[in-house]
Amino acid sequence: MIEGFVALYIFMLAAFTGYEIISKVPVILHTPLMSGSNFVHGIVLVGTMVALGHAATPLEQLVGFIAVILAAGNAVGGYVVTERMLEMFKTSNKGGK
Amino acid sequence: MGLVMTVINIAYFIAAILFIVGLKQMASPTTARRGIVWAGVGMVLATVVTFAHPEVQGTVNYLLIILGIAIGGGLAWWSGRKVAMTDMPQMIALYNGMGGGAAAGIGAIYLLQADPETASDVILGIAVLGSLIGSVAFSGSMVAFAKLQGLMDKTVHFPAQQWVNLGLFAVTVLLGLSLALSGGDVNNFVLLLFFVLALAFGVLMTLPIGGADMPVVISLYNALTGLAVGFKGLVLDNPALMIAGIVVGAAGTLLTQLMAKAMNRKISNVLFKQFGGSSGGEAESVTGSMKPIEASDAGIMMAFANKVIIVPGYGMAVAQAQHKIWELTQLLIQRDVAVKFAIHPVAGRMPGHMNVLLAEAGVPYDIIYDLDEINNEFKTADVAIVIGANDVVNPVARTDPDSPIYGMPILNADQAKNVIVIKRGRGAGFSGIENHLFYADNTRMLYGDGQKAASELIHAIKEIG
Repeated sequence: MIEGFVALYIFMLAAFTGYEIISKVPVILHTPLMSGSNFVHGIVLVGTMVALGHAATPLEQLVGFIAVILAAGNAVGGYVVTERMLEMFKTSNKGGK
Repeated sequence: MGLVMTVINIAYFIAAILFIVGLKQMASPTTARRGIVWAGVGMVLATVVTFAHPEVQGTVNYLLIILGIAIGGGLAWWSGRKVAMTDMPQMIALYNGMGGGAAAGIGAIYLLQADPETASDVILGIAVLGSLIGSVAFSGSMVAFAKLQGLMDKTVHFPAQQWVNLGLFAVTVLLGLSLALSGGDVNNFVLLLFFVLALAFGVLMTLPIGGADMPVVISLYNALTGLAVGFKGLVLDNPALMIAGIVVGAAGTLLTQLMAKAMNRKISNVLFKQFGGSSGGEAESVTGSMKPIEASDAGIMMAFANKVIIVPGYGMAVAQAQHKIWELTQLLIQRDVAVKFAIHPVAGRMPGHMNVLLAEAGVPYDIIYDLDEINNEFKTADVAIVIGANDVVNPVARTDPDSPIYGMPILNADQAKNVIVIKRGRGAGFSGIENHLFYADNTRMLYGDGQKAASELIHAIKEIG
């Protein structure tokens, strides 16, 4: 169990980190970055796996199963879309210079 | 702590580092591609070790996990590969909503399993809060997806909408509070009602929001999902979820603010006021008329110009005209015309939407400019071509204090010697505000679908020889 105050510190530091990452971003990368951060919260997949992992009743299993499907969609979809966007940036860079 | 759990925790720790470093790299054009790969490695690592997590038990559960990942991941892989670049905004909304739904699902299981012997009020409260945020992000994102995909009318209004929403929210919060204070003795009916109302609130909250505000809304829901995931990390005692979720929550919040600022809209106004709904006072009436032009004349005008600035907007995305526009640009460059692209921060449906599309077509970075960089250059431009953009070039934002978009920074396309507006029809923009630029003396309207109009312009310039 993560102690209450330790959790609070983690929250605070993580919040500053997130804020700091975005604060100096060129406009052209806003969309890919939004998409990338969308991918990163796909880590919820790990949480749904644990939640489904200790599901005991059929109802819990059903909810957990749906949650895993949704989370996997978030992670995989987020990755594919972000990767495709950034791929195009590379091509244009080469063509332009 | 057993050996297995130590290994898992080390893996989570490495994953968290990879996420943060990956996001940092995504914030710079030169390293952006590496960034997503690093974050991806972190995700795979965290997912794989979780199969060994001591709390994951039961053959059926294992099978369900694998099946769920295969279904969800497979569908997302397929849809993400297949979707056109112009449809990216709604796909982000869709995948983001799924993450919010997953976070809400974790909350539901936790509350279903809550044991009065061991449950703590604080953790219950956080589980409820995360579920509320996750549910709203889920259903809200789905509505945003449906709107952008064209499955749903742009905006829905009904009498006393704000009060209905407020009342619904209050009831949902009260139900949540009763769950949080139940001491773990959760009433399943109250739980169900709580989730139904939270989902309904997400839908109702998003219904009245118009297309022009969608970038802000999608970004906001992205931040909310991050927050919900972070809360679930605390509930499940999982630092990887906590860190990744809160980092995204904070980054998403800042990104949302940047976007709202670029549109001169307060986030609260986006959510709770309709565009132009209660701005009071009649907007300045328009004088003059829209003057059409033929593609051949417009082509000549551009071919013999010294400097042309192209202002793309959502209409270019809809018409998939970016490739034709680049072809046109190359023709002009061959004729020694200086061509520049001017991108408004909120052109399209997401910040940077236009940059992505132009990059796809192969337009190099160094001729694409931000609002601040190029706004003074319109004065020296011979021709400004506005393709599918509307509100972001509407001069009333500078001149008419009664206008709902007054004060929004705009591209000063009206200061160019000649303005050519490529537009499908005569209608107003998403904000529903008349665009005075279209009636200006130096403006000519080239009616037609963006792609077709661009093809005609290319043809016209080739004719000149």
